[in-house]
Formats: sequence, C-alpha cells, structure tokens
Amino acid sequence: MKRLVISESSDWTFPLLERYNQELGRIAAQYPLDIYPNQIEIITAEQMMDAYSAVGMPLGYHHWSYGKRFVATEQNYRRGQMGLAYEVVINSNPCIAYLMEENTLTMQALVIAHACYGHNSFFKGNYLFRTWTSADAIIDYLLFAKNYITECEQRYGQETVELFLDSCHALMNYGVDRYKRPAPLSATAERLRQQEREAYLQTQINDLWRTIPVQGHTADQTPETRFPAEPQENILYFIEKNAPLLEPWQREVVRIVRKLGQYFYPQRQTQVMNEGWATFWHYTLLNQMYDEGLLSDGFMIEFLQSHTNVIAQPDFDSPYYSGINPYALGFAMMSDIRRICEHPDQEDRYWFPDIAGQDWVKVLDFAMRNFKDESFIAQYLSPKVMRQFKLFAVLDDDQQRELAISAIHDERGYRRLRQALADQYNLGSQEPNIQIYSVDHRGDRSLTLVHTRYNRKPLAANAQEMLKHLYRLWGFSVRLETLLEDGRREPVAAIEH
Amino acid sequence: MGHFIDRRIDGKNKSAVNRQRFIKRFKAQIKRAVSDAMSERSIRDMHSGEKINIPARDLSEPVFHHGSGGERQIIHPGNKDFVEGDRLPRPRGGGGRGGEGQASNQGQGEDEFSFQLSREEFLEMFFEDLELPNLVKTELAKLTEYKWVRAGYSTDGVPSNINVVRSLKQSLARRQALGAPYRAQLRELEARLHALSDDSEADAAEREALSAEIERLQARLRGMPFIDTYDLRYNNRAKQEQPSSQAVMFCLMDVSGSMNQARKDLAKRFFILLYLFLERNYEHIEVVFIRHHTIAKEVDEQEFFYSRETGDTVVSSALEMMYDIARERYPTASWNIYAAQASDGDNWHTDSPLCQQWLTESIMPLVRYFAYVEITPDRHQSLWEAYEDVQAQCPQFAMRQIDGPADIYPVFRDLFKRQAA
Repeated sequence: MKRLVISESSDWTFPLLERYNQELGRIAAQYPLDIYPNQIEIITAEQMMDAYSAVGMPLGYHHWSYGKRFVATEQNYRRGQMGLAYEVVINSNPCIAYLMEENTLTMQALVIAHACYGHNSFFKGNYLFRTWTSADAIIDYLLFAKNYITECEQRYGQETVELFLDSCHALMNYGVDRYKRPAPLSATAERLRQQEREAYLQTQINDLWRTIPVQGHTADQTPETRFPAEPQENILYFIEKNAPLLEPWQREVVRIVRKLGQYFYPQRQTQVMNEGWATFWHYTLLNQMYDEGLLSDGFMIEFLQSHTNVIAQPDFDSPYYSGINPYALGFAMMSDIRRICEHPDQEDRYWFPDIAGQDWVKVLDFAMRNFKDESFIAQYLSPKVMRQFKLFAVLDDDQQRELAISAIHDERGYRRLRQALADQYNLGSQEPNIQIYSVDHRGDRSLTLVHTRYNRKPLAANAQEMLKHLYRLWGFSVRLETLLEDGRREPVAAIEH
Repeated sequence: MGHFIDRRIDGKNKSAVNRQRFIKRFKAQIKRAVSDAMSERSIRDMHSGEKINIPARDLSEPVFHHGSGGERQIIHPGNKDFVEGDRLPRPRGGGGRGGEGQASNQGQGEDEFSFQLSREEFLEMFFEDLELPNLVKTELAKLTEYKWVRAGYSTDGVPSNINVVRSLKQSLARRQALGAPYRAQLRELEARLHALSDDSEADAAEREALSAEIERLQARLRGMPFIDTYDLRYNNRAKQEQPSSQAVMFCLMDVSGSMNQARKDLAKRFFILLYLFLERNYEHIEVVFIRHHTIAKEVDEQEFFYSRETGDTVVSSALEMMYDIARERYPTASWNIYAAQASDGDNWHTDSPLCQQWLTESIMPLVRYFAYVEITPDRHQSLWEAYEDVQAQCPQFAMRQIDGPADIYPVFRDLFKRQAA
C-alpha cells in the first residue's frame, strides 16, 4: 500500500495540491456531494487579513469600519494572540476558497476538504442559502455596489456617503424579509433597473406625502387609517420605499446594504450546521483517503491534531470557555446522526424512529438541506450528544435572587434542554423584535417603532444612539416604544425633529 | 472539479484604503494620543510607530440588542455536579452566569481599542500641527538612503548581470579539470604512436588501433561544452548605507520659573524637528542638552524637559558652556554643529550684549545653523533685539517668536530650503 502515498513532504506545491484536490473530488463524488465548481486561490497572510476584515466579501466598498476590523486583526495577529483562519470561503458560483501560503501540505488538504467540499456543498444545498442568496450573481453585485458607492462618493463627498452608510450598517440586521422570499440578485438587471426605479420611487413617495386634500373627504370623516397598514419588520426596506427626504442615490445605498444583509442572513443562522457539516466531511474524506493508502501516517497525525483542536469544547468553568463551539457541536451532531443510522441502540430507536437504521448519507443530506441551526438542533440533538457535552441549562431571571439550574442531561431534562438550546440559536429570540408600527402621515411625519418584548428582556442602553441613525435616514421625529406583556406601550427613546 | 489561482503576486494592500479611512475618521482622537505619546518619548526616538489607544465607545458600531435583565435560559457544557433545581448565587457584577460569555466578548472592546500606527503615520500626525510643506515632510520621513555597491560574484542572477570574464574563467577551469584525464591518455597514446615506425607492417594493426583510440579521445574532448550553465557568474550587488558624516546638536533651554510645562512641550517639538532634520542628513548624531537659569548645566534629556528650577536668567552662561563643550569635544573638522535655543525671552538686561558678542565672535563661526525661538505672547525684551543684530550679520542664524506649534517651522525654513535645492 505504501507506494500509493501521494507525498511524504510537508511542503506543498501546485501539482501536489491538484493531486489532493482530484482525489478529494473523486471521493466526494462517490457520496455524492453536490458542489459548485471550485476556485481555489493561494494568498499570503497579509492578504488573508484583508479577506478577513472584509467580512467574507471578495470585493467590498470602502468604509472605515472595515479599516477598523483590519487594524484590529492585524494587531492581534502581530501580537500572536490569534492565529489566522486557515481558510476563508465565499458563497459564490464558482465557490471561491482562499488558502494561506504558510499552511503545510496537510493543512492545505484539510482546508480543501473542509471548504471546497464541505462548505461548498452546504452553500449549494441548504434551503436558506438557496432562498436568500444567489451564488451566481453575488460577485457581480458586489462589484456593482462597490462602483456605485465610489461614484456616490465622488459626486456627493466621501464623508456624506460614509455617515449615511454608518446609519444603514446599524440597521443592516433589520433589512431582511424573514418570511417573504426575496427577489434574486442580478447585477446587470440591477444596473438597468436602477435608473428606472429612482424616477419611479420618487413619484411614489411624493404621492404618499401629497398635501392636496382629496375631494369628497374631509379630515374628520376619514376613518383612522394607519400607515403602514401592518407593522413592517424590514426597516431598511420601508425606509428605502417611504422615507420622505432621501435622495435617489441614498435609496440605492439603503438597498445595497439591505441586499448585503440579506446575503449574510443565512450565514448567521447556520453556524453550527455549516461548520459541523464541513468538519464532518473533511474528517470523513481524509479518513477515506487514508484507508485507501493515499496518506502517510505522519499526515494523519498532523491532521488529527488540527482536527482535535478545532473541535475542542472547553467546559463552562474553564478559563478558555467562550460559549459553545459551533464546530464541536456541529461535528458531534453530524457524526451522531451517522452513528444513529449505522449502529442505532435502544435509545436511538425510541428518540429517532424514522432515521435509526436508514442510509446515513441520505439522512444527513436531508438534514443539511432542510434545516437551520434552530430547527436542526430541535430535531436532531440526541440524548447521547447532550450527555457527551454534559449540557445543562441555567435560568437567569432578574426577579429571582439566585440562578437556577433548570435542566441537565438526564431523562427529565433532555427535551427541555434541547428546546432551550434550539432557542439559543433562534435569531428571532436573540435579536430584539423591532418593527415599524406607524407613520403620522397627516401630521408631523413622525415614525413610530414598536419593540415587542420577549421574556421581559429590555433593549440595551444604546437605543437612543440607534434612533439617531434611524433619524438620519427618516429625517423626521422617530420614536421607539416597547410593547409590554400586558399590552401596554411604554416609550423607550425618541428623537424629536 | 476546480482550479487553482496563485494570488500571492497580487497587491496585498487591499485594506489600505479602509485603514486610511479609519485613521481619517478618528483623527482627532489619534492626534490626541500622538501628542500624549510625544511627551513620553525621547526626541531621539522617532523611528518607531506608536501604539495608539482610542476609547472603544467612540468607534462602536451600534446595533439593536438586548440589555441585561428579563428572563433568559442559557445552555453551558461541562456539567460537573449540578442537578436540576440547584440554586446558585448570582456571580458578581450582575448579568448572571449566562452573561459570562457575552460579557467577556464585549469586555474586550469595551475599554480601549488599541492599535499600532506606522512610523509614517505617526510622523504624519506629528507634522500636521507644524504645518510643514509637503516637500519637507517627505524629506524628513524618508529613511536612511542606501546605495547598491558591487559585492563579488554570485552563481545566479539575471542575464544582464553576467560577468563575461568570470564566466569564461570558470568555463576554462572546468574544461581543464574535466579534460585532464583524457588529455593525459591522449598524450600517452600519441607518444606510443610516435614510437612506432611508420612503415613497419607489423605495427600497422596497432597503429590503426591507436589512431582509432586517439580519434575517440579527441571526440570526447571536442564534445565537452565550451560553456555550461554552472560556469556562469553574475555580478553581485549589495545594499549599503550611504556614508555620511556626524553632527552634534546643542539644545539650549531656559528653565527659569517662567517656562511652564506647556512652553517646554512646545520647545520639545522645536528640538524634535531639528533632530529629525539632522537625522535625515547625518549618520551619527549626538545631542547635548544644556539648560540654564543664572548658571548653565549639561543634563540628560529627562532632566532637561522635566525638572524645574527657578531663578533669574543669564543666557550667556549657556552660550559660554556650549562654546566650551564644542571646543573640547566636537572639533569642527569632524563634526557638524547645530544649535537650537528656546527661551521665553527673559534675560538679565546687561547680559544681552554679552550674548550677542558670544554668538557673533565665538559661536557662529563654529556652527552650521543656529535656530532660536522665543516662546512668549508678550513683547520682546533686550535679548530679542540683541539677536536681531546677530541675524543681520550671520546668514546661518534664524529666529522666531512662537505662540503655537505652527510657528515653529518658519525658523527652519532656510535650513530646509537649502537642503532641498
């Protein structure tokens, strides 16, 4: 078997990388993993820092916040507080993966397996990515956005655009339609439509704010109509369409930020799954290569060491603890699903009657395609994994003097523990639920938002700060109220025009 | 299934623009940090960048999020001995155990955001107050210049650097060395052939054999390449610092009671500017600090800027001391002497003519440049008038009354102008 070993060296060369990539591709196709074509780019550590601070966009517009991120990354890296990520992978078609030149051959192979087959197939298969992002168009769209913003800066001044972007960024997470399927992105269409849209939108807005009274109605006869008729969750969209004072270019910038928010929306909801899936596959693919005799023992030892570091989960009382490691949880769950399919025991047959003993490739593929972190955990977190992690739930209620352990990894606690963990990954309950409630379109044009409280969790103290950003976009008074559990509305912050 | 692209050759400063934007945006804070850093730095230490701290709240990017309070359930791994229903005291600082992870994540950013300014960026900020012309800025920020000098030969390089003589020598040596055994054989065979009689029938067969062998050896020798890749020698060039001479800089400062810390900081900038200029032009610089009230004293930098004494002012004491030191330690044959003097203009009035005399007769012939700043918003006193006479006589004397950092540069204008030309 020894003669089959691809290489004993730890230095990589392009021919060797090609060879590993071919073998990985061959094995991945056996399962099969459905992937976008790969575009693998070798970059230096400095370029990796660039990629890092651009939050995973291969080409972004210029903004100071990316500079800040770059400076911080550079600083940490110089001080040695942080190793750089081995890889950055971009959800696009072809799927772009960056490999750092400093990596050893083993690390490169690991990264190719992880990013180019793991993440890549996840991007292509998972329903959230399929619904919210269009891998074919993203690079073009980013280019369009970059050029557009540069053009705005030239026309209206760098500072004006930068301040405006600040406000949009602050609300980026509120620029997503959570329940409606968004229109797909396309850069060419975007460019063509943009001018048309500018002109059209302006007329629409003017119509909304028309002050000439409509014939046949007088103010006191009109029934109280609220605008918008229903609360709006997509704050940026509402601003783009309805803010009275925005210039056409500003509406376009709002739209760009909104689209980027939408592009990142699936990533924020699938950390555990995405990393778990990629980690599971790099582990599976490389082990199979080893079984076929393609990898040397030295390679495997180095690989296993990195792999073990990646999936390490410190305990809650460890000084290294910083929450649950998504790689660890994801990998454990993915591997556990395979185990339940292949070697189910009594407990698994009770908990997972429909997958125990099934074909693991199909079950895992189904899970990857149709879930996000929240639902994936609610569906597949098994008692065995809970015991393995020794999970426990702490209830922190500010009306109680003490914390309470509300569930642990025992028969009574499994279901509650699983539900609580799923909830922890639910963006809907992690982010404050803030919606646009009404606009006083006959009076002072003030905008009212309502924060619906969940589990009595209050808004953070920066609400007033946030309203300043909203005010910059809306241009008239902005008020934020909290809807309490008993139905009362209580003002939180306000900026009066 | 995919292809590889080598991006390493592409530009690496993709984030340079964003970094500049960041610095531009927080210029006010960074500048404050730079001037704080100035007071802690030695004037000789302008080579490194600077670590800058900015309060993190100034550069936060806010988003809507939950504050502490309410009811929340958090899952942790690594249970040791908890069972359901256990009650624990809330960890100090509120927030609860659940907040721990969050608190430490945010805690990092909460106090200070610190990062490193490069030397160029640091100097840029430093120069900004001084309103230096761009030409001067670039002059000063430039690092030591290097010169390429010949440094022997190397075995690889670009074709244009091939050294023909060396390469041919190498080729000759190789051909000699490799061909030696053949030639020795050849000589031997030729001698044997020679020994055979020309027409003897008996020798004919042997003669033929020998000729064939000789032919073979000659072909071997001819087949040896005249020049081979490993004969090639290239001119090697190495970077070497430009040799330059040495300079000494005298810093003279009045430390009588009227020079407060703000004035001293201004004086420090004045000295730094001269130092940077000298550093640009001379390889080795020594700095002599002389402070004075009624008597002058040579001190170290720390004492120069930060210790306070009171008393009257006799400027000539410092000039006298400078002259003595210069004569004693820094002969003009091997040292370029520069001097910078800062004072609030206060002087014992009968001393001023003496200063003028010291300068015109003894000091000015020695020095390359003498710069004087008077840090005071008040009217001039006798020293200023005396120095005006000096300025009229000596072209290498510059003086200026300053009230803020922007006034410093004009003192040096001539100096820089001369260098730029």
